[in-house]
Amino acid sequence: MSFKIIVLAKQVPDTRNVGKDAMKADGTVNRAALPAIFNPEDLNALEFALKVKDRVEGAEVIVLTMGPFRAAEIIREAMYRGADRGYLVTDRKFAGSDTLATSYAISLAVKKLAPFHLLVAGRQAIDGDTAQVGPQTAEKLGIPQIAYAVDILDINEKEITIKRRIERGVETVKCAFPLAVTVPSSADDCRPRHAKKLMTYKHARTVTELQNETKDYTDLYTARPYLKIEEWSVEDIGADVEQLGLSGSPTKVKAIENVVFAAKESKTLSSTDQDIESLMVELLEGHIIG
Amino acid sequence: MNNVFIYCELTEEKHIADVSKELLTKGRSLANELGVKVEAIVIGHELQGIENEIFPFGADMVHLADHKSLSPFTSGAHAKVLTSVLQQEEPQIALFGATFNGRDVGPRVASALKCGLTADCTSLIIGDHEDKKAKKDYKNLLYQIRPAFGGNIIATIINPETKPQIATVREGVMKMEVFDENHKGEVKNFDVAAVLEDIDIAVQIIERHIEPAKVNIKGSQIIIAGGYGVGSKENFKLLQDLAEVLGGEVGASRAAVDSGFAPHERQIGQTGVTVRPKLYIACGISGAVQHTAGMGESSQVISINTDPAAPINQIADYAIIGKVEEVIPKMIKYYKKNSK
Repeated sequence: MSFKIIVLAKQVPDTRNVGKDAMKADGTVNRAALPAIFNPEDLNALEFALKVKDRVEGAEVIVLTMGPFRAAEIIREAMYRGADRGYLVTDRKFAGSDTLATSYAISLAVKKLAPFHLLVAGRQAIDGDTAQVGPQTAEKLGIPQIAYAVDILDINEKEITIKRRIERGVETVKCAFPLAVTVPSSADDCRPRHAKKLMTYKHARTVTELQNETKDYTDLYTARPYLKIEEWSVEDIGADVEQLGLSGSPTKVKAIENVVFAAKESKTLSSTDQDIESLMVELLEGHIIG
Repeated sequence: MNNVFIYCELTEEKHIADVSKELLTKGRSLANELGVKVEAIVIGHELQGIENEIFPFGADMVHLADHKSLSPFTSGAHAKVLTSVLQQEEPQIALFGATFNGRDVGPRVASALKCGLTADCTSLIIGDHEDKKAKKDYKNLLYQIRPAFGGNIIATIINPETKPQIATVREGVMKMEVFDENHKGEVKNFDVAAVLEDIDIAVQIIERHIEPAKVNIKGSQIIIAGGYGVGSKENFKLLQDLAEVLGGEVGASRAAVDSGFAPHERQIGQTGVTVRPKLYIACGISGAVQHTAGMGESSQVISINTDPAAPINQIADYAIIGKVEEVIPKMIKYYKKNSK
């Protein structure tokens, strides 16, 4: 039996570099103004999966992502770094899904890829910071989970021994497959793109992307089937529409407020001896220090 | 039925964790407003007498899940017990700490119960909601307020249709207050063996390495925090020097931790600890919302930054425009000169 590793990845807006036009006047997020990137901790997850692949002969790394059509970009990115195949779960009916609805859809997609050994996900995505989809998917698949996995200590075809972070230290844990693992940013960074893989996979496309290509790829895909990124709709994964999107999401956003700093009376000082000395005197006199 | 429910975590020393006491305090006030009771659950092994640490915070019922498979924590076993208890007790609100374990087990429980879960709330209040489209009125929902989108927005989340309404809350965000030292409630033992299956305890713990809890940024009245602008691990030592002189602790922003300037346990902000010191000196910290979410309630803020336009300057009482490596030695010098 082949050894299958599924990596859950998400394309996210780069919330770490939010500019002035990132918010619309009504306080909602202007996603178009933010670059879409590979969720950082999902790259740590990919590296974890690739390290397993390095150690288990014949192992295969499959990237699974749910999102709009353009999320195929991160599947290619994962392939350039060593992933073997990718699947894009995409459908307008997924819009508005919270983590529960998302994990429902993802768990169905994972079931389509079953049997598998490992399901690896980044701890959390930088747009929501919820850290929920990994564990929620594991629960729906009825498999155990190990969160905050930072290293692989031992692995064979039956089980894996992992070093994981805990609140006040580290733990060595062991579990038989199938198993879900979430990986935080303190794990190893993902290996860079590999020039040869970049050449191999640069023509990897989804069906939707192919429709926009002027060149005819038919012969290319017949010769190299691995270049085809599968696209799965709601029907393809056999999902119940009621459990998706807004209707399948128990959490609702009641209100959104743009974060604005409260104006406060503030003194600006320079780094001259005089300014620093008078500040220290003021702090001492006010019993703030001392 | 329909009470407020708190998942109480244990520290390594087998005491109720501070975050859980904070949740008990919050839970008590929410329950008073709703006219319901507070129930707590502790999951672990050899829990005799632990309820006495919980009752003073106002819990009316403590569920004890005591079994050797439940300690140390594994998410599978804790999730199974929590799911069973929540199904049985049907609370309207369930609160978890946004701790390593709380964020590990909470989503599993919410997934099993098909409930909404809002992570990392900074505020919880009771309020009504009118769904104009469905023409429905909801009374006394839990408003779960949290930063989202990298901290650039504050969202109010509700779960109108599903119960319990589950939220995780970060440590240090809510106040901890003893309700009544003599308050007593009931104890109920949960039959763990009846629910645990092999799959729930599939993850085996082989070894644990616990570091002593020596970093106590939360309890410090003076915090010298550094950001990416500090520039290097070496420059971070300057912060340590100032902290020693003033009797404070060193903190760090996520950017400084990610760059390897400071260890993770010193991280302050949305993904680190929340602090409220008397004095917060922000060195080379630009002041992204993720960071200010964790230190915004400091009584006095001093910023040291070369960039006059850094957002942190807007919340600082004193904004020193200058280099960290120039300003800190001067602060030490003039503190020593004037404190004697």
